[in-house]
Amino acid sequence: MTYQQTTHLKYQQLHLTGEVDLHNSPIVRKQLLNILNEGSSVLVDFSALSYIDSSGIATLVEAFNLAKTKALTLTIVGATGGPLQVLELTNLNKVFTLIESLEGIKE
Amino acid sequence: MNSAANAIIDVKNLVSHYGDRQILKNVDFSVQPGEVRVIMGGSGSGKSTLLNHLLALLKPTSGTIEVDGVDVVNADRKTLAKLRQKTGVAFQGGALFSSMTVGENIKLPLQQHTDLDDHTIDIMTRLKLELMNLAGFEDLMPSELSGGMLKRAGLARAVIMDPKLLFFDEPSAGLDPVTSVELDELILKLKAAMNMTVVVVTHELESAFKIADKITVLFDGEVAITGTVDEIKNSTDERIQNLINRRPRNDVIDAEQYLQRLTTGKN
Repeated sequence: MTYQQTTHLKYQQLHLTGEVDLHNSPIVRKQLLNILNEGSSVLVDFSALSYIDSSGIATLVEAFNLAKTKALTLTIVGATGGPLQVLELTNLNKVFTLIESLEGIKE
Repeated sequence: MNSAANAIIDVKNLVSHYGDRQILKNVDFSVQPGEVRVIMGGSGSGKSTLLNHLLALLKPTSGTIEVDGVDVVNADRKTLAKLRQKTGVAFQGGALFSSMTVGENIKLPLQQHTDLDDHTIDIMTRLKLELMNLAGFEDLMPSELSGGMLKRAGLARAVIMDPKLLFFDEPSAGLDPVTSVELDELILKLKAAMNMTVVVVTHELESAFKIADKITVLFDGEVAITGTVDEIKNSTDERIQNLINRRPRNDVIDAEQYLQRLTTGKN
């Protein structure tokens, strides 16, 4: 997995590429919690993500909950294939905010 | 390129004995990644023995066993330990530690094999409990669960590390029909969402026909047939038809051998 952090309007965007697994999900966790603790809402870009395991999903749950307590948002962008199926399997597609692309994001 | 070229499990000419008794006779068994394979057969057909060989719990008399590229017959302990981290096993009775809560049992592999944060581990554990319809049972002791719940808790522990390969011994044994259908659905979901390869040992026909991509039927330690559900159903082999139609075995009695068994206890 590699990641890239960019700014999109008022959001911090975390673009994940490849596979999130037991070995690298702590890196994703650190990034997400940092962004939220600094007071920014976050867009997690899944469009180049081919796989996410349950440690990655658990990380998203923790970050989403933190965002909520801070009155910030965590939005998942462009989830398809395996990662989308994992979100559906765990019913988290009904909890997280999922959008198809950045087009709908406004200031 | 033969069909076994990309196999995640590849067994060739496996021969196995318990003492003098031969259990498996030249078994060939190959499973492709992402497949749900069911091993079927009556009691004493050798299906559990085959499973134990795949898990490297038994040493074969002869033959080769490769699992995810590892020669499990000759692999050293370190290599086997690494392979086991990518492998989930759900045993018949759940095999939970009775002195630990359900939640502690399920998270144990994560605590032993990963450096994940406790928050992550707790959420992963609850995700799996939810998936198995065991939400809220985290703090109970295994002795407080029903048979079906124990089995689901065992499955939760087996998949807590998101294994590439899941072995499941008799998922439906001792379960009511509804619970057993739910478990079948769960196996199919895990396969689809996690891209898991699943090997299920069962004697439940209905379950086998529902979940299997392919079925291997063992009889007296030999592979009688490996095929799709339709191929099994349409097999002209009398033993397969007996199994499908639940007809009792009608073994031909060799009078001499029978007498010898009764008088000497040997075959």
